[in-house]
Amino acid sequence: MTSLTLTNPALNTAVPIDVAIIGSGPSGLAAATVLKAAGVGRVVVLEREQQAGGIPLSCGHPAFGLREFRQLLSGPNYSARLVTQAQKAGVEIHTQTTVAEILRGGVLTVATSDGIFRITPRRVIYATGVRETPRSARLISGARVQGVLSTGALQSMIYLQQRRPFVRPLVVGSELVAFSALMTCRHAGIRPVAMIEAEQSATARWPCALYPRMKGIKLHTSTQLVEIKGNKSVEEVVVAGPDGQTRSIECDGVILTGKFTPESALARCGHLHVDPATGGPVVDQWGRCSDPVYFATGNLLRPVETAGRSWAEGQQTGQWVAQDLSGKLPKPAKSLNIVIQGKHLKYAMPQVICPNGDTEGMVDIQMRVTERVSGTLVAHSKMGPIWKRSLNSRPERRIKVPISEIVSQATDGTVNFEVEVPSK
Amino acid sequence: MPTAQPKSQQSAQKALSTELFDVLVIGAGVVGCAVARRFTLEGAKVAVVEKASDILEGASKANSAILHTGFDAPTGSLELSCIRAGYREYERIRDDLGLVQEKSGAQVVAWTPEEMDKLEEIVAQAHENGVTDVHIVDANTLRAAEPNLSERALGAVNVPQESIIDPWSAPYVYLRQALDNGAQVFLSCAVTGGAFDGQNWQVETSNGALRACAVVNCAGLFGDLVDEAVLGEAKFKITPRKGQFVVFDKAAQGLVNSIILPVPQEKTKGIVLFRTVFGNLAVGPTAEDQQSRTDASTDHDTLKGLIADGVDKVPALVDMPVTAVYAGLRPASERKAYRVETVPDRNWITVGGIRSTGLSASLGIARHVYGLYESHGSKHQQLTDPEKPQAAVLAQTGERDWKRAGYGEIVCHCEMVTSREIEAALNGPLGARSMGGLKRQTRATMGRCQGFYCSARLAELTAGKLEPPLSEEFGHD
Ligand SMILES: Cc1cc2nc3c(=O)[nH]c(=O)nc-3n(C[C@H](O)[C@H](O)[C@H](O)COP(=O)(O)OP(=O)(O)OC[C@H]3O[C@@H](n4cnc5c(N)ncnc54)[C@H](O)[C@@H]3O)c2cc1C
Ligand SMILES: Cc1cc2nc3c(=O)[nH]c(=O)nc-3n(C[C@H](O)[C@H](O)[C@H](O)COP(=O)(O)OP(=O)(O)OC[C@H]3O[C@@H](n4cnc5c(N)ncnc54)[C@H](O)[C@@H]3O)c2cc1C
Repeated sequence: MTSLTLTNPALNTAVPIDVAIIGSGPSGLAAATVLKAAGVGRVVVLEREQQAGGIPLSCGHPAFGLREFRQLLSGPNYSARLVTQAQKAGVEIHTQTTVAEILRGGVLTVATSDGIFRITPRRVIYATGVRETPRSARLISGARVQGVLSTGALQSMIYLQQRRPFVRPLVVGSELVAFSALMTCRHAGIRPVAMIEAEQSATARWPCALYPRMKGIKLHTSTQLVEIKGNKSVEEVVVAGPDGQTRSIECDGVILTGKFTPESALARCGHLHVDPATGGPVVDQWGRCSDPVYFATGNLLRPVETAGRSWAEGQQTGQWVAQDLSGKLPKPAKSLNIVIQGKHLKYAMPQVICPNGDTEGMVDIQMRVTERVSGTLVAHSKMGPIWKRSLNSRPERRIKVPISEIVSQATDGTVNFEVEVPSK
Repeated sequence: MPTAQPKSQQSAQKALSTELFDVLVIGAGVVGCAVARRFTLEGAKVAVVEKASDILEGASKANSAILHTGFDAPTGSLELSCIRAGYREYERIRDDLGLVQEKSGAQVVAWTPEEMDKLEEIVAQAHENGVTDVHIVDANTLRAAEPNLSERALGAVNVPQESIIDPWSAPYVYLRQALDNGAQVFLSCAVTGGAFDGQNWQVETSNGALRACAVVNCAGLFGDLVDEAVLGEAKFKITPRKGQFVVFDKAAQGLVNSIILPVPQEKTKGIVLFRTVFGNLAVGPTAEDQQSRTDASTDHDTLKGLIADGVDKVPALVDMPVTAVYAGLRPASERKAYRVETVPDRNWITVGGIRSTGLSASLGIARHVYGLYESHGSKHQQLTDPEKPQAAVLAQTGERDWKRAGYGEIVCHCEMVTSREIEAALNGPLGARSMGGLKRQTRATMGRCQGFYCSARLAELTAGKLEPPLSEEFGHD
């Protein structure tokens, strides 16, 4: 990295920073606020966008705030409340401040329009959230044309810029966020031609009250997107239905919803270990990364939770980091590795458990399945099976395994989790 | 998509310019850009006509971005001499024009005993081609140089000078240098026909006519059609050959140091693993003959096959996320050789069939073509102190704009593209008129999120400037 200017007037680097938080979404802001409340000195939030608040900023519909403020707020109002709360607590928030690189020992390379500089806070909380998987990574066939967007891009375009990219798109996917996509379309006078889902039924538990709003937009299950066609912009898509038959649908855009993946670029290109299963950094039950100066929180940990839960996780992370600063977290030592096996489990988080800590961390190991499955979730250590429970689950449903039940059976080595399905 | 119309449709067209140019260059692919630059520097008054709204919309849109040494080009061919001359000139002008060149070197890896047997032959040809530092390395040496390569690698031919470059900044700056030294560029003008009056050409385009003494047809994928439309016949036929690619996440770049080439098969150079100067690792291209001159679509199964090929060679790629996929079309003719055809009595030169080495050879091709032009009796006064515009710095090793204060805001976070860069690309002399042009000039949306975070901001910044537009305003109902 060249041309590092040493100081930045906006972010006074002369005064030591206790905790820097990368990302001002619900989790980052919650962590920062809690740290100040716990008496930690200088807490700074670094946010690369022009506004602080994270993903909810671009979610114009009301679905936020029940857990935090006991009322339903629109995304932007919710973000504004979190920002105010943090500022009142004494958190410094720096926007248009990009963390360009993370280095060993908590050294951060930070870019602003005033120059590039390095800071070395005592702890770093990494809270950069999730995004959706783009067309390229889904390896969708067809012409590389304009008009293929994720929900996130669509929401920002419509709610932040009052601009729309198309008027008759196809919606792909049926996670909860696809529902946001429909509401966003409605707001901008966009009429989706159809909605398709590769699985046999919708992924999300659709809120019944909102069903009527879908009127006129048909959900085709067991239907795959086969090809996107067009010259410069989307003109048509080819889909394959339950019987494998393909057919064309005329449309002028495609909204690719869901398939969330953590925005873990800094870890991937830096030194932190990344779990290919979650796509986020490898953490222990305090969210501590492979370099113990770094803690991860919120949706960066794994795809995907609601804003409310990410916020609650951020609060906990704030507590743990405050405790770590006063020496109350055990040093990373002999630990238990949590590993998933077989095709049914998508991920398990945390990936590492420190069995000897007095300080309580996450209560549960969080898991998800890759597909609809019923069977037995079994944990094996090198001694054989140590824990089991019947499991009946579907993609994107929360699965929790109490950490206490596992550490009572094994304290080091590896615990393998697998779903055993009785053969028919 | 406008295509060349038969010349019978000619009518008295309004003139695009009253000027009589020395040379009209048809097509602003990498070859046309280099030819325009060479003729301008030699002192000719040059006009470039390009049918697309941005340059590099044809074959030059997508390639492997390798600057070849020519070690494996057909010995004694025009292609070889152009690649060699092109490579030399690239190195000579690189620093003057702010171009990037990473001498990663290449390893032609043998994966089977039969391929091992072919290595000697490859070295012999390279030496005959004048690339004398090419040599065989054994499995251990290869492993030391490429520790992440599969255990199956038996040995390789090392080509130290093969390099990776920025495939867009280079042709952009070639054309910029022509422009800055007096050439004119006419975009969104498709050549549809023309007539030679014994002295000068009147070339018709979709937007008006231009007059020039000589014409160089560099229409790439449409080269034969332009010849047919204007001359009435073409000496070759283009059958596009598609090449698909997969680009892995930047986290993969450290897995490979050099360009990993296969031992060549009959038809193609085969699937290559290469780093890009932007910091990615890519695998490709395929070689698929097709009729369409514009369809650069990708397909799921082929992309999966490319990933499998990559993982096979570098097992650590197994869980690597994919950043981008793309395809390019090679302007292949019925012969492997370059098709440079002259019609001296009509002051016409066609530079066709520049199939798979045009990025490397373009500067050499331009010199060769200028030589042909002179040999037919034209002569100009070479410029003594030409303007030297600077290429956009997009390579990750370069002094990127975000590292310089006052950049405004970072718009595309994955590729760290600033608002200052976007403004410059939209408003510059070869200003972007399509999203494709903006991507090539700035890299916006070309990173891992592919526009998730920045599409909205880009839609705002580019409003009214791109065709097709990224978005439109809407009224509330
Ligand atoms: C398209 C989409 C729609 C969603 N809709 C809903 C919904 O309707 N309801 C709901 O409950 N949840 C929704 N979610 C889930 C969402 O992830 C959570 O609501 C919540 O925003 C997670 O909070 P977070 O703090 O983990 O991350 P985020 O809110 O994603 O915040 C991360 C922040 O980090 C910043 N950042 C990233 N990298 C850097 C860097 N290098 N330097 C500086 N800053 C950086 C980002 O700009 C961003 O502001 C949605 C998610 C997506 C992707
Ligand atoms: C998959 C792939 C990988 C490759 N890898 C490499 C590599 O690593 N190294 C290397 O050196 N080379 C490589 N190449 C080859 C290189 O990309 C080509 O040789 C080169 O781009 C050909 O350029 P061109 O200017 O001849 O054609 P084009 O780029 O097709 O340019 C022709 C231009 O003419 C315009 N045009 C067409 N018709 C008209 C008309 N009627 N009127 C006006 N304008 C018109 C078109 O719009 C276009 O802009 C690769 C190619 C492919 C496809």
